[in-house]
Amino acid sequence: MNLHNDPDGVHAYTRRAFLQSSTILASAAFTVPAFIQSSAFAFPKPETGLASIPGVNEDNILIIIQLSGGNDGLNTVIPYRDDTYHRLRPTLAVNVDNLLILDKKIDLALNGAMTGIRELFDQGQCAIIQGVGYPNPNRSHFTSTDIWHTAEISGTGDGWIGRYIDAQCCGYDKGQSGQPDGSHTLEPPIAIGREAPLALSGRHMMPVAFESPGLFEWAGGKFSKEIIEHHQQLTDMSHEHANDDSNHNFLMRTAMDARVSSATIRKAVAAKPLVQYPGSSLAKQLSMIGSMIRAGMKTRVYYASLGGFDTHANQAGGHTRLLRQFSDAIAAFQKDMTAQGNADRVTTMCFSEFGRRVGQNASNGTDHGTAAPVFMFGPKVQGGFHSRHPSLTNLDNGDLKYTADFRSVYAEVLDKWMSAKSRNVLGASFKHLRVLNV
Amino acid sequence: MPGAHINSTQLSRIETSLLPIREKDFGYPQARHLLLRAGFGGTDEQIRTLARWGPKAAVDHLLDYTDIPAQADPPDAFDSNIIRPRSQAEQREIRRARQNGDEDTLARFRTMRQQAQRADRNQMRQIQRWWITRMIQTPRPFEEKMTLFWHGHFATSYRTIEDSYHMYAQNRMFRHYAIGNFADLLRGIIRDPAMLRYLNNNQNRKSSPNENLARELMELFSLGEGNYTERDIKDGAKALTGFTYQDDAFFYNKNNHDNTIKHILGVTGNLDADGFVNAILRSQACAPFICAKLYKFFVADIPTDVKALKGPTRTVVRKMSIMLQQHHYELKPILRRLFLSRHFYDPSVMGTKIKSPAELVVGSIRSLNAPPRNMSIIADAMDKMGQSVFMPPSVKGWDGGRSWINTSTLFVRQNTLVYLLTGRQANRNFVERTNYDPTGLVASMNDPRLDRNPPSELIANELLDLALGHRPAGAAQSLVEAAHKVDQPNTAKGITTMLTLITSMPEYQLC
Repeated sequence: MNLHNDPDGVHAYTRRAFLQSSTILASAAFTVPAFIQSSAFAFPKPETGLASIPGVNEDNILIIIQLSGGNDGLNTVIPYRDDTYHRLRPTLAVNVDNLLILDKKIDLALNGAMTGIRELFDQGQCAIIQGVGYPNPNRSHFTSTDIWHTAEISGTGDGWIGRYIDAQCCGYDKGQSGQPDGSHTLEPPIAIGREAPLALSGRHMMPVAFESPGLFEWAGGKFSKEIIEHHQQLTDMSHEHANDDSNHNFLMRTAMDARVSSATIRKAVAAKPLVQYPGSSLAKQLSMIGSMIRAGMKTRVYYASLGGFDTHANQAGGHTRLLRQFSDAIAAFQKDMTAQGNADRVTTMCFSEFGRRVGQNASNGTDHGTAAPVFMFGPKVQGGFHSRHPSLTNLDNGDLKYTADFRSVYAEVLDKWMSAKSRNVLGASFKHLRVLNV
Repeated sequence: MPGAHINSTQLSRIETSLLPIREKDFGYPQARHLLLRAGFGGTDEQIRTLARWGPKAAVDHLLDYTDIPAQADPPDAFDSNIIRPRSQAEQREIRRARQNGDEDTLARFRTMRQQAQRADRNQMRQIQRWWITRMIQTPRPFEEKMTLFWHGHFATSYRTIEDSYHMYAQNRMFRHYAIGNFADLLRGIIRDPAMLRYLNNNQNRKSSPNENLARELMELFSLGEGNYTERDIKDGAKALTGFTYQDDAFFYNKNNHDNTIKHILGVTGNLDADGFVNAILRSQACAPFICAKLYKFFVADIPTDVKALKGPTRTVVRKMSIMLQQHHYELKPILRRLFLSRHFYDPSVMGTKIKSPAELVVGSIRSLNAPPRNMSIIADAMDKMGQSVFMPPSVKGWDGGRSWINTSTLFVRQNTLVYLLTGRQANRNFVERTNYDPTGLVASMNDPRLDRNPPSELIANELLDLALGHRPAGAAQSLVEAAHKVDQPNTAKGITTMLTLITSMPEYQLC
């Protein structure tokens, strides 16, 4: 309804152009639609996997994983030699037999369930950034999630990846779509799941989200194949006059994205992975992402999530189980990337909206807290610990004080991995922590 | 059909008046709109009837639903004892078994517990189907719409509480107070076993306060972020101490209650939970917050943060909140005023809101006379669309609006309609016997003057009026062509073809 947002009908033009170009390419016997395939030159050979091209980070891929609910950082990366930890967590402190001690010189150990991640750590393919948070921490799941997703302390606005992708297509203009300059093609990020995460949602570009490939196609053709062309005709027809920021136009764009990406994605994820993945939800998501990467899709950002970390009561068993799922899924994914020959192109970043309080509560659980570790995986990360572990005694209202701003991590990912200008995406400069070795 | 389609010039002046719409301005599109928003849509015949009655009688019919007889649930509709606390004898037996290392006894209790949980999950699925069926069949659609509103507002999830009967009891409470007084709903929710368990208030004791319910009571249920302090939360939690439940009933454990002086939202004293609620109701932030939620649910997809509201929305929500305060939180007068208002029928409001999964599924079955088919498949489809009733994603409820729609859910939405209309599913080859008879769905098909042989384009256009509320240029022609490929446009198969196509259009997701 805000016509002034889009005086030249930019959305409508681009979408139409985009539809046309994809039709043209399809008729030229390309199987990958234009918005997924960035250029004919870069068209990969799916059978052999992608050989990485050194120094060309246009090919780099970022996987973002959210551990939803607020992961208890202190029982994930454990300050096991700290008396305060044991004193404030009389029943929840992880027992010494259940620790994975990484290095006798370091006072930190991993939760015993994280054997896969430990192996990656030993290979230098796991970076642990300690005490990641932001000023004036918000303890609401929703607000804090929004803050992480938008990279704005107010938790409002478009997603940080959404802004990055908008900028790729249209130039930098924080949260706004500019004029597409034609130098980049549009590749929406892909989220596995029912919800399109805010982090990936831009003004111009919305992510593609799907939960399972079998459901990712219109079923009307099962009633009559002959009506499929009418289905497309009717969708495109209503598109012609939609050029504003209305719900109507939003639905048109989504319908078009759905149709164009359906065939490609279904074909990609139908392939059997090169390695065996565990059966957990996160592992299934990462397996599909692995298959899409292997199929040579040009998507640069994928999103997955694992829920259940809101451990207010009887935390121990459930939290350990979640960490095992997390660790096993990551290990399988890294093996897959190596087997594909794509490992050097893929970096994975894992965060949670907040950590939990230092002291356990009366229900053998932990309440919402503040800073927590961020994990990054892949051959291109600088393995080991980064930043400082927050003090367990110098607290802010019973909570850890953050030692690294999450936007520093984003900034480095944007600048070094995505070849973007983080200052323009994030609206300010944040000092890199040298987590990426590129 | 004039009126429903919006163009840019109409948008420049949005009607913000809460004065009643004029009789002459209330026609088919307006009656359709009213049925969609204050209910789950209507058939062509129902729309025509309400249009004939005019706005006042139409709104009265929907809102004064207690005049319409409805079947009450039998008291034993669901089993309240699947999940029950252990008896003292059982507790003794377990204690003894632990002391003696009697693993067999402990294993027997574990098995019993697992069996009960399995049975309870089963009952939860039954209750889900029961409610969706009720939404489809009720002669009082507004009652179910409001019950759905409160379920999303006071969101509680079975996934956390794992007691289906508590969820059912909470649903009945919402229905009971559906358009009563908001104060009663707040007093009801702090005594509701499902909510007390969901937000851990059963663990909120004087010796170890748990702030979860106190925080959400203000942040999500009544005031909104920024309208209270951390101190209000701490002292609010103290006021709520001792509010718990025993088996299926509320229980006030006064030994666990904190009797110290509290300062909550400017009120000081030895406040208990009701004192906390009263302090909330006195806050100037409460009425605007509730009205913004109602507006978002019934009128337009807006941000929940009252301070972020702009322009006409801000004006209307302000007017509504003044009225709600004047009526001491009585909800019905405000909703009646809203559904009669000129603002509610403004072109910027009509046909621009994204349907929730419940609105899409229940509304399609009601308005297209589609067979409900297999309720388990329907409930599962709603889950995939992001709205599993009794299992909202978080205490925040469903975000609604654009968050319903992404490439994944859009396919599920379209394919659920394909399933309802044709019995075919995306990922299965099995075809359910089609007993859908859409002949007679719209007026022209019933018009004796047309001798049951109305022009094909007229049928297509009337189907568009019913399903979309407007006629996109060229659509009727494409529909008729498609129908001819399958059968004749006036046969059950031909009409099913047209409806399958119309309901897969992006506009069908709007109401």
